[in-house]
Amino acid sequence: MARMPLGRHRRRPPIARTAFIGIYLLFVLVPLYWMFITSIKPSDDYLAVPPVWFPTAPTLVHYTAALFAYRGLQGLINSLIISLAATVLSAFFGTLMAYSLARFNTGGKHLAFWVLSQRFLPPVAVILPIFLIYRMVGLHDTYIGMIIAYTVFTLPVSVWMMFAYFRGIPKSMEEAALVDGCSRWLIFRKIALPLAVPGIVAAAIFAFIACWTEFFFALILTSRYTFTLPTVFRAFLGFQGAQYGEASALAIVSLVPSIVLGTLVQKHLVRGLTLGAVRG
Amino acid sequence: MTTVTISKLEKSYGSVRALRGIDLEVEDGEFVVLVGPSGCGKSTLLRMIAGLEDISGGTIAIDDEVVNDMRPRDRNVAMVFQDYALYPHMTVERNIGFALRARKLPENEVSARVGATVRMLGIETLLHRYPRQLSGGQRQRVAIGRAMVRDARLFLFDEPLSNLDAQLRDDMRAEIKRLHQELGRTMIYVTHDQIEAMTLADRIVLLRDGHIEQVGSPLDLYERPATKFVAGFLGSPKMNFLPASLSGKSALLADGTRLALAGKHRGKDGQAVILGIRPQHISLAGKTVAAGHVRVSTSVELVQPTGSRVYATLPLGGTSVVAELAAHDVSAPGEKAAIDIDMTRAVLIDPQTEKVI
Repeated sequence: MARMPLGRHRRRPPIARTAFIGIYLLFVLVPLYWMFITSIKPSDDYLAVPPVWFPTAPTLVHYTAALFAYRGLQGLINSLIISLAATVLSAFFGTLMAYSLARFNTGGKHLAFWVLSQRFLPPVAVILPIFLIYRMVGLHDTYIGMIIAYTVFTLPVSVWMMFAYFRGIPKSMEEAALVDGCSRWLIFRKIALPLAVPGIVAAAIFAFIACWTEFFFALILTSRYTFTLPTVFRAFLGFQGAQYGEASALAIVSLVPSIVLGTLVQKHLVRGLTLGAVRG
Repeated sequence: MTTVTISKLEKSYGSVRALRGIDLEVEDGEFVVLVGPSGCGKSTLLRMIAGLEDISGGTIAIDDEVVNDMRPRDRNVAMVFQDYALYPHMTVERNIGFALRARKLPENEVSARVGATVRMLGIETLLHRYPRQLSGGQRQRVAIGRAMVRDARLFLFDEPLSNLDAQLRDDMRAEIKRLHQELGRTMIYVTHDQIEAMTLADRIVLLRDGHIEQVGSPLDLYERPATKFVAGFLGSPKMNFLPASLSGKSALLADGTRLALAGKHRGKDGQAVILGIRPQHISLAGKTVAAGHVRVSTSVELVQPTGSRVYATLPLGGTSVVAELAAHDVSAPGEKAAIDIDMTRAVLIDPQTEKVI
């Protein structure tokens, strides 16, 4: 049977599909665009009727106000320090724990589930004791305190993501290395770890974004010094009304890492999927 | 010099006994094949020799040294896995050299030995490829190379050919046999495929339900099976089993057909037996009946040509038997056929104990 050339299939895009994707893109991009122009248009134009779609006199005044007057820059720096440190710790401990659970069945059937079950607990259930303990031991409003809290908060999901990944690595590969003369530790470093890199990176990015966007813990456990970016937004909704421009400016700034990391995740997820092609 | 001595070996998983009282001596330079149906414990036994499974009871000694509690890496054995277990993030060169580098050999020696190994296996051109860029047969060669490069005292193979297609399997089987002849090392090989077992082995260990059913050379097991299971497991097509009873110097089949026995046996007159006849020992009737043969008239039920030979199913003694005949001996179902059965090669089995009598 003669095959239809591939090119002819491609040249006729399905109308329904294109329309759906178009509408979805509008749904996603219009609010983003609105936020962006709000961040650069003068305050008088925020709620003008009809809306100002193309500001004629763009300004950076909201950015400077958000970053300096409202201490958004400090929040940004704090968020970066706390999120990065917690992500690294979460990936480090999560990798060790996930490997142990996946390979040695540590803690039998229940430990792995117990780890995940930590995420079932609503933060409000533990925040008060944590707050009191932190105050008592001097961790309140410190980097260390926030890093510990965020590490613990992201660990269950990190462990679970990597647990699945390690379990996907054929056991025989490690057994081959064991017979070939490797110690368990060497196998972990030379075989399991390199193969799990896409999983570890994906879990780390997940953890980073969770820390970056976290609000509740940050609200309770920080105040003047280690407040994070999301908590800065409280200041824009005050008694004097809403500071749309400043809020939008800071939102745009806080989007940047998400976009960068999102791109990275995509690349690594693709790598993670092709890894399966190795087995014959 | 590498010998393996296994005595009273036991393996249990909880209440399940995977291996029971295994006694086995593997001599230096011998090619021993562990064969049996799936779940018989052959892979478990091999993995215990490698040190990948704990030993529940008994001992395994390599070169007269008990290795029960020795770590796999200290046993100096090499193993080829069923799924090849190549490291996907390393090139062929890295894969083959991995064990040498793990043992911290100097880099010039690593490359010399890797070079010699790939030349022996004919995979010099693949050195810088990754496993995902190789075909099944090439991966298999790399996996074998990874074991060969080590100069280990004992080589273990866990169904290494089961993922290959038939043609490649034949080639690789010959390759493995050639390697054994060249290297002269002690090798233990696990397979469920009786052809592989027959063609490769110096000695076959036939396992069933966690115990050794019979040990011997391939021809020994084929010609002098100790039990019905061994008789049925080896040989293709499978041996025919006919219910019969002993009557004088004959076997009386269920429908009254009388077959004069030619070989020696220890059965008593009137005893119920199973008469085992290999398809290869049935031939189309010639001009004369050879000594020790009996002639039976029957008809053809089913014809399965294989090219050089033909498998014919024929009714006999109330059941049917398969005969392996020359390609043009029979052509269509329904044909009348007179057959000669070589009774000197037939076996008699006690139906109760399933042992050959």
